[in-house]
This record gives sequence, structure tokens and C-alpha cells, in this order.
Amino acid sequence: MTKAGILLNVNGLRIEGESGGRWQEIVKGVSLRLDRGEVLGLIGESGAGKSTIGLAALGYARPGCRFSGGQVLFEGRDLLRMSESELRRLRGMRIAYVAQSAAAFFNPAHRLIDQFIEVLAVHGFSDRAAAAAKACNLYACLGLPDPARFGQRYPHQVSGGQLQRAMIAMAMAGDPDLIVFDEPTTALDVTTQVGVLAAVRSAVRGSETAALYITHDLAVVAQVADRIMVLRQGEMVEEAETQTLLRTPGQDYTRRLLTADPTIRRERAADGHLLEIDNLSASYGARRVLDGISIRVPKGRTMAIVGESGSGKSTLARVITGLLAPDTGTLRFDGAVLGRGTGQRASETLRRIQLIHQMPDTALNPRQKVSEILGRPLTLYNGVKGEAAAEQVARLLEQVELSPALGDRFPGELSGGQKQRVCIARAIAADPDLIICDEVTSGLDPLVAEGILDLLSDMQKQSGKTYLFITHDLKIVAAIADTVVVMKNGEVIEQDGRDAVLKSPRNDYTKRLIASVPQMDHGWLDTLTARSSADK
Amino acid sequence: MLLPKEPSMTVLARGSAVSSATGGRLSPKWLKALAAAPLSAKLGLFIVIFYVGLALLAPWISPYGEAEIVGPQFSAWSSEFLLGTDNLGRDMLTRLIFGARNTVGIAFAATLLAFAVGGTLGIFSAVAGGWPDHLLSRTVDVLMAIPQLIFSMFLLTIFGMSIPVLIVVIALVDSTRVFRLARALAMNVTVMDYIDVARLRGESWLWIMRREILPNILSPLVAEFGLRFCFVFLMISALSFLGLGIQPPTADWGSMVRDNATLITYGDISPLLPAAAIAVLTIGINYVVDWFLDKSSGLREGQ
Amino acid sequence: MRNILVLIANRLATGVLTLWIVSVIIFLGVSALPGDIATEVLGQGASPETVAAFRIQLGLDLPLHERYVAWLSGILHGDFGTSLANHRPISDLVFGRLSSTLELALLAAVMAVPLALALGILAALYRNGVFDRVINMLTLTSISFPEFFVAYVLILFLSVKTGLLPSLAGSSDGTVLGRIEGMILPALTLTLVVVAHMMRMTRAALVGVLASPYIEMAKLKGVSPLGIITRHALPNALAPIINVVVLNLAYLIVGVVVVEVVFVYPGLGQLMVDSVQKRDIPVVQACSLIFAATYILLNLTADILATVTNPRLLHRR
Repeated sequence: MTKAGILLNVNGLRIEGESGGRWQEIVKGVSLRLDRGEVLGLIGESGAGKSTIGLAALGYARPGCRFSGGQVLFEGRDLLRMSESELRRLRGMRIAYVAQSAAAFFNPAHRLIDQFIEVLAVHGFSDRAAAAAKACNLYACLGLPDPARFGQRYPHQVSGGQLQRAMIAMAMAGDPDLIVFDEPTTALDVTTQVGVLAAVRSAVRGSETAALYITHDLAVVAQVADRIMVLRQGEMVEEAETQTLLRTPGQDYTRRLLTADPTIRRERAADGHLLEIDNLSASYGARRVLDGISIRVPKGRTMAIVGESGSGKSTLARVITGLLAPDTGTLRFDGAVLGRGTGQRASETLRRIQLIHQMPDTALNPRQKVSEILGRPLTLYNGVKGEAAAEQVARLLEQVELSPALGDRFPGELSGGQKQRVCIARAIAADPDLIICDEVTSGLDPLVAEGILDLLSDMQKQSGKTYLFITHDLKIVAAIADTVVVMKNGEVIEQDGRDAVLKSPRNDYTKRLIASVPQMDHGWLDTLTARSSADK
Repeated sequence: MLLPKEPSMTVLARGSAVSSATGGRLSPKWLKALAAAPLSAKLGLFIVIFYVGLALLAPWISPYGEAEIVGPQFSAWSSEFLLGTDNLGRDMLTRLIFGARNTVGIAFAATLLAFAVGGTLGIFSAVAGGWPDHLLSRTVDVLMAIPQLIFSMFLLTIFGMSIPVLIVVIALVDSTRVFRLARALAMNVTVMDYIDVARLRGESWLWIMRREILPNILSPLVAEFGLRFCFVFLMISALSFLGLGIQPPTADWGSMVRDNATLITYGDISPLLPAAAIAVLTIGINYVVDWFLDKSSGLREGQ
Repeated sequence: MRNILVLIANRLATGVLTLWIVSVIIFLGVSALPGDIATEVLGQGASPETVAAFRIQLGLDLPLHERYVAWLSGILHGDFGTSLANHRPISDLVFGRLSSTLELALLAAVMAVPLALALGILAALYRNGVFDRVINMLTLTSISFPEFFVAYVLILFLSVKTGLLPSLAGSSDGTVLGRIEGMILPALTLTLVVVAHMMRMTRAALVGVLASPYIEMAKLKGVSPLGIITRHALPNALAPIINVVVLNLAYLIVGVVVVEVVFVYPGLGQLMVDSVQKRDIPVVQACSLIFAATYILLNLTADILATVTNPRLLHRR
């Protein structure tokens, strides 16, 4: 059983970050307490300061950051006042860290097992064989394949989910009192995430190890944390037991986070198809990415294309728009055959299909003002220039709920949500019939994403445009899609009305995909792992 | 001009960590940045301006004519000939001043030509992709496999030594380096989604090269212009020093060192003056570029 | 392991191909000569009969591709043809000179490489500190110096003013010691010129590696600063550093031209400059080809070493 007592006590922690030569406070007096064996979830949107706080628990500030006040007491001793050599004795051994992208945080030059053993070796344990045995043991516990030989591989030789679990094993090497998990599943697909979450849980449950679990996903943290602290812009919003927080949130901000899922709309039937894809195949070089795809996109409705990374869903968008020429197969748009590449399509055809990208940061030219970005399609397609163009740009900005004054700014001066709205405005400036949305909300914080989705569905109600929504997020699908296509390894494995796919999936993979989506329910992971072990 | 900008300026100041879009706009920000520049950058800027001034005003400020023989050979420093005379009895100071015009002018022209050719082809190569990119890149690979100085000497042997040939040969040889850089920089931009957006809109290659890519790679290209200029300038000086570059009687720093080198063995430092003039200008430009790279988003660290 | 052999074989093949194309360029370049070698050598005043006879003697009456094949197969057998200036076999002229040049470059490399690596590593470790800034300023300054400036300043102080070393390499008494004494000043000049470049590139390579997330991870595992450098940074910085060293050796081989002229050092660079002035085209061709081949060979070595020290390439999936 766990020993009682306070392990970590953070008092009024203040951290400053440098930007453009000036120091600004990014953590503004945060206090928290962690008992032995306890798991505290830190949740918040980007810029909330949660990772910075997590690293402070190891007495570490990233280059460009500095501690400016408060204490981080680990077993009563202040980490912020310790010497580097004292900190080294604690780090890795008593307090360990698990990073978001294991691929970057593992040293490419060494085998996994050597990086595991190093943790013990630098803290004075010289028995290599015993350390290696421990590694095998942990690899087995965390469900890694062939644990005896797994460690012999180099980081780039194993998959992302396995690497993340190897990093958790490395963190557990010294039987630490505290592990800081910094968004360990954010970069993973949902079906992979389940395995890593189970690994995190087996690391913290039933042991004396306490954990700080940092994430932006409430449903994920609900599975592992005993208590949850909500952070916003470097300050605490509220803190409560996990059950209490989920059922009766005390603050309005938390309540909005809990209900950030968009409202679910009724499925609508369609008459006629705008886009017909027949037996389409495409490759990058010698690698086949799309294989015999046939899809009918209903007119005036929203079709969602769902799949994990590598399923070929984004490639499909590139082929439809003409950025990538297909190997075989045909595309018919509004009855007419589409040219294979952008060069073979008339300007009018290009205008009628618009693409909105995932990352608004890379989709907007940083050296063009918003007014230039929105004005260009108007000039190119309709010959609108000067005053008339300026008026239309202002109207477009209003349509996407932005102030017309933003036309004078560069993209770098806008927030993430504002940028994505500019991208939407650029797409509708061309007055298209089909809008392809490629993961348009996945780079955004949940509340901002909700606003974008609402905007898109309102616009569809007014204009009746057809949407093709490419996403990995089944919650979005549930909210906005009329029909759903499920893709895996470049093939369509299921295609039907939304309710049919989500409520009674026929394909095993679709079933697993749906089951893997984390639910706010505290017992979701238990039920899922219990079921999968019963299957075996 | 200033007042209506007020609100957006505060936004700019706040968002300055995100936006690296500080260039391009002429405002007091530039003057402020200059005032905050390190001493080395100010010194460098002063040197560059001084040299440009000398080059432009050469015929009016030099005491004698460029190729005029005004006294005995190798006469010492005096009030008549402030820095003495050279191996043919021409005034050293006059030739130093005219050297700024000739050497710097030729190096500048060659660098400009190298950037026009290499930069355009490099960006084109990145945008076009496929076989044009392949062909251009392989050609450049082969040309770059021959050391620059050796290649220039070889080409000068074939085409003879005159100023236009010199400029074209140096520019051609140097444009391969510009091509590499411009292509690499443009490649980083072509993977951006806004280039896809422009292609989907049906924009021409010229538009994509000029409006979408060029503004985004301008600041590293400007910095590289400074560095390539130094390199070209040093190479032309080296060629002239070897007797293969700018030919007499045109005043030029490299050949001045060579012609008067014997004086050094008598402990006279006069022949070192043109060499020092070369060194000081390159130092100045390097200091300015170093500061510029530091300012524009930690490029130096990245390389 | 198989993959890496394929990669290296591939790179070698590219190297050979490049060398071949360069030989074509060097050969064909000459046929772009306004007029041709015969009129060039005999002068405009020569009678058509003499020119024609000389053309036959040079083999200029043969078609271009036959001349190229003859030229190339000659070179492959160590025969570079005959000098137009003194009618001696070029190979006699070239090989003695080449070994002198390589000796000089080697001496410079022995001095420059350890110095540059040590300074580069120190600057990267204490980056943005006083040492780093001072060394940055100094190297920036020395990069800006033309080679002949460095050379004459050294002559002025070490030879003319103090008489420590001879200013002319050829003035030695012929003993081994005398020869080395004559090489010190030119080698020192080359060292000063190349150290700045090599040191700055070393620093950049190391700074890049030190900014990697896995270095942060090592810190968070409690690894000591020494362990971070030796176990985590160096294995990954090795490839870029080797690259830097070899590339600068290539630079050294070329930089030797000016230095040889200043010190009247009897090397290949000096020979090439003389031949360009005399328009002794076959010798210029031979020298260009040898310089280019050395340069290509060193670049090839850099690439191959970078491949075999890259863990991602060494241990494929």
C-alpha cells in the first residue's frame, strides 16, 4: 500500500519566459500538492504553462525560461535552490520525465536498452546484467513485443507507440517516487493511444510512484488521475477530485471544457452526388497510398472521411484537388470528368473545389496581409480589384466573424483560431461548390475548434455547399457528418450513413476505432482493457 | 503616417515573438534597431558607407589621375605623395582610391549577376521539381566539384583576361553556390501549404516564385549576398594578385600588392595598405551580416 | 549493413561519374578557345603552312572524340602530354610539384585540425559566453583577410623584422631541416586562413546537436555535463565534424595556390599560375584536372565518412 505523506509541494511558483528580448511571466504563482502514490492531472489549453510546471517539478527550466519566485519542495527540500549536482542525483532516479515525442527525446545513436541502463549507471548502479533484466521485465509489463530482444533495437527501428512505452519503461528504471508525463499520448493515433494509456496506468497504479500527468484532453486524464487541476494562462482555474470535477465543475471555464464537444446534428438524406470517385489508386514514388477507392459524395451535405495516420485520407484530398495525379481511376465532378492534375483543369474548375488545410500557420503566406490573401481569389476569378475588392474582403471577414480591421494585419499577428477563420474566408471567397476540410480543427484548442465547427455548419445551412471533412476525430464525425467513409491502409473499409457506421459498425477495425475514443467516464479504460484481455 | 498605425503597432510589439515579419516595412523600428546594434555592426556599417563614398567620388577626391606617372619609382611617404609612389611612379593614394571603385565595382557586378542567375534558377528548380530540378541540380553538382579558384583560372585562360570576361566567369562560377542556397531556401517554402493553395488557385510559376516564395526567403538571401560579395571580392583580389584578374593600368588592390611586394623585404608597409583595404571592407561586411543574421530569427544558430 | 554498402557504392559511382564529366569539361573547354592552340602558340604572323604542320603535330587534325579518347587514355597511363612552353613531358613537371603541395597542405592540416576542433568545441560548450564572443569576433576578422595579406604580415614580422624564418621557401640550403624551415611560414599562413572556417563550422555542428531534445532528456536523466558531451553529443556530432574537417582539407588544397606564389614555393599551384600566364594550355588542363580530382576525392571521403557514422543509416529497419 502507499505510504501517506506529501511528496511534492509547489508554492506560489512563478516562471518567466523570454520573447523578443523581454521577460514575461508565463506561470503566475501556481501552488499544488502531490501525495505519495497519487496521480495529479494538469489540464489546460496551449499556453496554459502546464509543461513548464511539469519540468519545474524536476527543477529544470528550458533555455529561454527562468524561475522568478516560489518554491518546489520535493520531500521538503526546495529544488529551485539545489545545486546542479544535487539535482542530478534526483533526476532520473527519484523524479523521472516522459516526453511527448519519444522519437525526438531518444538519442538516435544508442540502443534502447543502453539508454535504459544509463539511468541506473549514472546513479552508481554498475550491475549491467541486473539492469538489463529489469528492462526486459518492464518491457514485458508494458506489453512490448519480444521483451528479451526489444532493447537491442535503435529508436528509429520501432513504432511510435512502442517508443513511447519504451520511454515510460526508462522513466521507471530507477523506481522513481515521481514521474512527470508530458502529453505522452498526444502525438499518437487513438488505437495506439489505448496501449500507451494502459502502460501509463500500470506504471502508476498499485505502486508507490506518484505522477503529474499533463494533457489537454480531459477524457484522457480522467482515466489516470486521482485529482485534476485546470490551468489557464499560467494560473490555476480550479482543482478537485477527478469524479467531482467531471460531475460538478466549479468554474465556468471548466464547464466549457467539459462540453467542448460540438452539438450533434441530425443526419440528413441527400439527393444526387456532387463528386463520384471510381476505383482510384495513387502512389508516392513506388509506394501505393490509395488502392481502389470508390466514393460517392452527396450534394449539399457533409461527408466525413475517417482514418488514422497512414490511412491515405489526406492523400485522397490531394488527388481530388489535383495536387497529386492518380495512377488509375476516374473522378467525376458535377457529372464532368476532372483533369488528373491542376495543370489539366480549367480555372473555373479549380475555383469550384477549395481546400482548407490542417495548419493555418503554414496555409497562410506570412508575408502577405490578410487583405491581400483574401483579395487574390477575388481578382483572379472575378477580376474584382481596388475599392470593390476591399469591400468584399470586409464582407468576407464579417462572414467568418472577424473584424474587418484585421485585413490590415499579417498572419503572424493573429491567433490560431483567427488564422483558421481567414483560411475559411479565403476558401469561400472563391464561391466554391465543394469545400474539402483536412483536419481543420486538430491544431486548435478544443474551445476554439468548437467555434470553427459551428461556423462551418452555419455557413452550410445558408449556402448549401458540400463539405468533405477529413478527420481522425470521431467526435467531430458524430457532430457534423451525414455520411461516413472509414479508411485504413489506403482502402475504404466502410461507407454508409453516419448513424449506421457509428452505432452499428460492421467492420472489426471500425469497431475498435470507435471503442478507442476516450470517454469522460472514469471507468472507460478499465472496461476496454478488461474486454480486450477477455477476447484473448 | 504614424498615428493611424498606433493600434496595430502595439499588436506588433506583442506578437513580435510569433512574427518574424519585421523586415520590409520602413519605420523608426529600423533606426531603433540600428541604435541598439552592437558596436561591431555600427563599425561595419560605417566602413561600408565609407568605401561606397570613396568609390563614387574617386575622380574628385584623389590627388592625381588613375594611371598618371607623377614621380620617381618607389618614392617614400611625403607631403607631395602622401603614401609614396608605386613601382612605376604612380601615386599610391590615388590608386588606392581608384582601387575602391574598380575592385569593389567589379565584385559587386559579379555578385549581382551571380544572384540574378543562381537565385532565379534555384527558386525555379524548387518550384518546378521533377526533371528540370534534377537536371539543374546535377549540373550544379558537377560544376561545384571543381574548386572555384581553379575553375576561374581555367576559364580565364580560355576566354582571355578582360573585365567583362572576368565578371561573367566569376559570376558563373559563384552562381552555383547561390543556386544551392536559393533552392534549399525555396524548398523549405514550397512544402508550405500556402504554395499548394496558390497552385490550386491556378497561379503561374512566375507568380509563385515572385509573390509567394521570394518575400519569404529574402532576408537570408540578403545576408548571403553580403557573404558571397566578400567571397567574390576576395577571389577577384586573389586572381589580380596572381596577375590573372584585373589588368594594368586599371588600379586594383590585388595587383597593387603584387607589384610592390618587394618593398616589404625592406620593411616598408606600403604594399600592405591595399591588402588591408581589402581586409577592412570584408570585415565590415561580415560584421554587418553577422548582426543581420542574429536579428533575423537565429539563423546563425540553425546552420 | 547491406544497405550501407549500396549507399557507399552509389556514392562512389557518382564520384567517378562526376570526375569523368569534369574531365570532359576541361577537355572541351579548350576547344571553345577563340582560334585554336596552334595559332595561339605560333602567333598571328605564322604562315598557314607552319600552322597546319603544327596542328598535325598536336593531333588537332583528328576529330574531337578521338582526341579526347587519346588524351584520357594517356592520363590513365600517367601521360599528360607535352608542355608547349618547354616541350617537356607534363607528368615530369606535375608529379614532383604535386608531392610538394601535398606536403605543405599536410603540415598545415597537422597544425590546423586539432586547434580548430578544440576551439570549436570550447566555443560551443560556452556558447554566448565571453570566450565564444571573443573567438567569434576574431574568426570573423580572420575570415575576412585575403591569404596574401596574412602571408605578407607574417613575412613582415617573422622574417623581415625579426629574421626568425626565411621568407622564401626556395632559399633553403637543400637539407631536410632547411626544407621544413622554409615550409613553416607558408603552412602557418594556411593554418590561420583555414582555422577560422573550420572552427566556426565545428561550433555550428555542435550547437545544433546540443539543442536536440535528447540532450534535454539526458539532463533530465541526471547525466553529468561530461557524460552529456561524450555519450550523447559527440556520437551524433561526429558525422558533421568529420565532414567539416574533410571539407576544409579540400579548401586547403585550393588555398595553397596563392600562398605558394607569395612564398615562391615550388608546388602545383605555382606551376598552374605560371602556365596560365604563359598560356601553356596542356599544363593548365593537367593542373586543373589534378586539383579537381583531389577536391572530388576529399568531398567523396567526407560523404562516405558521414554515411558510416550516421546511426540512422548504419542500423536500418
